[in-house]
Amino acid sequence: MVQLTHNPIDAAAAVAHVQTSAAGAVVLFLGTTREFTEGRQTVRLSYESYPKMAERKLAELEAAACERWPIAKCVLIHRLGVVELGEASVLVAVSTPHRKEAFAAAQWLMDQIKKEVPIWKQEQWADGTAGWVHPGTEVNSADSP
Amino acid sequence: MRLTIQLFAAAKQFAGKGKIELELDERATVHQLREVLVAEYPELRLLLSHARVAVNADYALEDQELRPSDEIAIIPPVSGG
Repeated sequence: MVQLTHNPIDAAAAVAHVQTSAAGAVVLFLGTTREFTEGRQTVRLSYESYPKMAERKLAELEAAACERWPIAKCVLIHRLGVVELGEASVLVAVSTPHRKEAFAAAQWLMDQIKKEVPIWKQEQWADGTAGWVHPGTEVNSADSP
Repeated sequence: MRLTIQLFAAAKQFAGKGKIELELDERATVHQLREVLVAEYPELRLLLSHARVAVNADYALEDQELRPSDEIAIIPPVSGG
């Protein structure tokens, strides 16, 4: 199951969704808004997506993971809009017969989400500036919000 | 042919809008789209050199030919998570 949402992510519901007697392991990963990045203070993050393609890419990743590991159930959720400090922006939950596959699948899914899914974060810094994050570029989009 | 291109994140910010229209030759490729885009929006040059192009909600190859009905988007390096 994949989902984009503007609402807070319900981790307990996702875990309940993947927990099944067919599996002996459940791994849950949450990516949360961190306050300090290399000494710089973040006040909140804001996420934008190309929704149609993001949903398609998430579904493709889920299908690819199911080909590669014996996944019983899988949930991928990404939040959009403003995400306050400490709140979750992304969730990966997988269940498999044994723990090794669950850890491996969750890690792979998270790594791929960060590379392939058209979602972008904007850092809003404590000094009042904001900037889009585009890894590997020297693009500086900092401006005053 | 006249195509609408969707922009996101810093690309949208630099262009000042989320959708732009470009006039391209019939059967123009993704590569040619990039050239026209940079010529008309030089402020996008740096970001475009790192961006992928999506056609109909999937990543496209540079030699893919475009059609008037295609849904086109510029995908700067992503930063979800």
